[in-house]
Amino acid sequence: MDDLLREFLTETAEHLDTVDVELVRFEQDPNNKAILSNIFRLVHTIKGTCGFLGLPRLEALAHAAETLMGKFRDGMPVTTPAVSLILATLDRIKDILNELEKHSVEPNGSDHDLIEALERMAATEVHTEASTAIAPASSVGSLTYQVLERALLPGEVPLDELERAFRETPGPEATKPESAIVMPVESGTAPVSAEEAAEAVSAKVQTIRVNVDTLEHLMTMVSELVLTRNQLLEISRRVEDNSYKVPLQRLSHVTAELQEGVMRTRMQPIGNAWQKLPRVIRDLSAELSKKIELVMQGADTELDRQVLEVIKDPLTHMVRNSADHGIESPLERKAAGKSERGTIRLNAYHEGGTITIEIADDGRGLNFAAIRRKAAERGIASEAEVERMSDAQVAKFIFHPGFSTAAAITSVSGRGVGMDVVKTNIELIGGTVDIRSETGRGTTFTIKIPLTLAIVAALIVASKDHRYAIPQVAVLELVRVTPGSEHAIERINGTPVLRLRDRLLPIIPLSKVLSTSSEEDVNEGFVVVTQVGRQRFGILVDGVFHTEEIVVKPMSSKLRHIQLFSGNTILGDGAVVLIIDPNGLARMVGSGTEDGQMQSDAALEQSSVENEETTTLLVFRGGGESLKAVPLSLVTRLEEIDASTIEWLGGRPLVQYRGRLMPLVASDEELEIKREGMQALVVFSDSDFAMGLAVDEIVDIVEDKLDIELVADRSDLVGSAVIRGRATEVVNIAHYLPLVAESWMRSGQPVGMASSRSVLLVDGSAFFRDMLTPVLKAAGYKVHSAGSAAEALGLLSSGTGIDVLITELDLPDRSGFELIASLRSSTRYAQLPVIGLTVRHDPRQVAQAHKLQVTELVAKFDRRGLIAALAELHGSLEEAA
Amino acid sequence: MSISQPTNNDVTRTKGFAEMIEYVTVTVDGQLLGLAIDRVHDVFVASEMTSVPLASSEIAGLLNLRGRVVTAISLRRRLHLADREASGRRMAVGLEHSGEAYGLLVDEVGEVLKLNPEALQPNPVHMDPRWAGLSQGVHQLQDRLLIILDVDAVLQFDTQLAA
Repeated sequence: MDDLLREFLTETAEHLDTVDVELVRFEQDPNNKAILSNIFRLVHTIKGTCGFLGLPRLEALAHAAETLMGKFRDGMPVTTPAVSLILATLDRIKDILNELEKHSVEPNGSDHDLIEALERMAATEVHTEASTAIAPASSVGSLTYQVLERALLPGEVPLDELERAFRETPGPEATKPESAIVMPVESGTAPVSAEEAAEAVSAKVQTIRVNVDTLEHLMTMVSELVLTRNQLLEISRRVEDNSYKVPLQRLSHVTAELQEGVMRTRMQPIGNAWQKLPRVIRDLSAELSKKIELVMQGADTELDRQVLEVIKDPLTHMVRNSADHGIESPLERKAAGKSERGTIRLNAYHEGGTITIEIADDGRGLNFAAIRRKAAERGIASEAEVERMSDAQVAKFIFHPGFSTAAAITSVSGRGVGMDVVKTNIELIGGTVDIRSETGRGTTFTIKIPLTLAIVAALIVASKDHRYAIPQVAVLELVRVTPGSEHAIERINGTPVLRLRDRLLPIIPLSKVLSTSSEEDVNEGFVVVTQVGRQRFGILVDGVFHTEEIVVKPMSSKLRHIQLFSGNTILGDGAVVLIIDPNGLARMVGSGTEDGQMQSDAALEQSSVENEETTTLLVFRGGGESLKAVPLSLVTRLEEIDASTIEWLGGRPLVQYRGRLMPLVASDEELEIKREGMQALVVFSDSDFAMGLAVDEIVDIVEDKLDIELVADRSDLVGSAVIRGRATEVVNIAHYLPLVAESWMRSGQPVGMASSRSVLLVDGSAFFRDMLTPVLKAAGYKVHSAGSAAEALGLLSSGTGIDVLITELDLPDRSGFELIASLRSSTRYAQLPVIGLTVRHDPRQVAQAHKLQVTELVAKFDRRGLIAALAELHGSLEEAA
Repeated sequence: MSISQPTNNDVTRTKGFAEMIEYVTVTVDGQLLGLAIDRVHDVFVASEMTSVPLASSEIAGLLNLRGRVVTAISLRRRLHLADREASGRRMAVGLEHSGEAYGLLVDEVGEVLKLNPEALQPNPVHMDPRWAGLSQGVHQLQDRLLIILDVDAVLQFDTQLAA
């Protein structure tokens, strides 16, 4: 196949996917000229290219569809049959493209059926409308080939003009805020629009297409490089020859960056996996006579394409399931006092090293009684057992193979792909699925998957004389246990448990599950606290070494049946080490995991989570006696460096870190950065800037409710809080930033909104969101946060009650002013008080802010100013009320 | 046993006596065994083996062979022989089966023999069926017998038993 054709196929497939999505949107919002323009332009592009490449069938189809859409543009009412017809045409085009891909020639066949239908549809309307149609629709079909050959010439001029007109009208980007409030579905198309924008502005962002195999190969080579680097580092740890340490360090940095870079090339927005969903939902709604709205958030969340491939089908399956089983018919919904239109909400976001995807519907929820009955019938559990189980446990039965409670098998569900397949697929890539359901309120599936499969951070542990790797993602904390100490293993009827913060943690001695030891009562060692889904348990090991980036190699087929291991790897010292799969471990310790004490433990936790939000905090000592803490989510890494590597430039400490210079700052004036020995660092970083906070020692990582009392006189502290029963100072990272970096502020950080009670904080940097959230909470506000204008609009349109919006003025996806402007143009939020956060003082900004009725502009680092502005606002709102 | 699998040897055997087949000879428990040389990738010393708990008994562990993870299989255990007591240098023969790398642990690796396939005799009828399943036949050498191993059969065993 020649390159031109291949290029055409790839590009057209992308365009068609976009058209699919856009059409569904257009049907719901037929007055949106911008969407129509976009569709028209894409179809026109397809048509034009087909003509150029000499593909008459495709060209004729595209032309007929374009003609009908031209009628829409001229004011013909947009009807469901018309849209269905165009969608059917697109499906035909896709079929032809598939054939084309296989055989490099257009398949034989006739499309007269569709073309005639399209013409008829277009022609009917000509009678009722003032006939301003661009193309003589009636003659198109019979003369297909010639019309295209000839008609292109006379037809081209107006079309070109049309196209120019389209480009001049505001594109989808500009209208996004408005439409996002109505229906945030379109976020999935964002990457595509960006691409087109690039086309239009003549390649502002340069891209090239690279064969996936090339990337895969590159990835493999980088993996090998990482291994070799690890081996070298291991050797250098043993050998006292410093001459090559510096180049080795450099090699290490370069490798790390190379690895990161290659990984990034493999990243794709999850929206790619969602593209087909609006169409799926539209077709399903029609088929099932339900009214369903699909809301997609976080479509730009990126993940490894390999992972993306694996989850694509399960996701589609789950969305279908929600539409079929979850959402009730409009009548039922009405009877239940809900709005007729059901909502399926997809949400994706990053969390630690994993991506969380939620699929939530507001339908009828699971029928627990039916599942109980079915479980007993199928003999999965006895009736008595089933009765005793909690709803949460019962819900898990739907993941059992062949489990279906659907009374009737519909054309939508019951096609043989069950939830068990979904679960298996997701677990295959080290992910977990969790389900929460409430009768009458809906069901939420939560999928957690690793960002990438190839290289993972793992904790190396020892059990007996062997080493094993446990993926870091699953590890919550490490606890050292010794008999007689605060943390000692106790036994209930021989089963080991650990009291951890007043909760009983089930303990699984690794040597026991591995059958490498017959000793029943091991009481010493380390407990690796692990979480799988909502289950938490401790793995007891003899020793803990270090964390290492490992390249996951698949298990030999002879060993794949051992569910305890997910793979193996070669460590820096050349030893082969098995990778423990926490999911498998949880399964192996028996059904007890699914329905025994761990579950009850999980239930306990769930309730506690619901009652009060906890924050994970890093507790450290740094100057003075008191403990200090900082939200762990802000922390990038913990490091311990040789103090002799600290360089002093103009009296300011710097250290070479990952190939860059990283400024250091002492956590307290009383703390002196060491000149020799080891210096502990807490590293904070934003996309391209890092800062090291020098501390005395890292004490612990704790999860606790963060209840901050503000302190007035110290800018280096947010306030103090009682953490684990001890008064702890919560450090204000923002205080340190200006000390070390002007550059930190260069990239846009939006702050969300604040309301008299409920505040929405929009800021592009997770760091600042995390930093400001506790400050605002401390001041008594309920805080919602968003990382982009689109996300903020999604939140607002979802009906979250927001009283004040705090937004950074330079948002990543759009300027904060645009966000405000789009709010001002909506009726609901026209009066919403807005506080703008700004980095620099700029009279033009002030003027624009004034125009948009921005209540207050506050400097970004001025948290006190922000609180004051909020308080003032609060006061005035109360007065008004 | 793998009757259904025509091996390279079967194919070559029909080609007439001029075609000699080369075998890598190995010893376990004093018995001389031969592996078709075209199946053998390399011969190496198996050091630093990682044992795999819960695996079937034939699997001795995992090895790092030049950056590749190799599954080590004990030929003694495959032949239902007792483990060797003396733990000296462990030799392994590198094999490949369905795209995966294996190392067959043996007591010793001997010379390469060139043999006429027509001289291959079928297994004696009363041979231990567990051995017969892994053997393609017997060559009579001057002073001893050489059992020709069916490499695919050796590498094919049920892993589920151990679970």
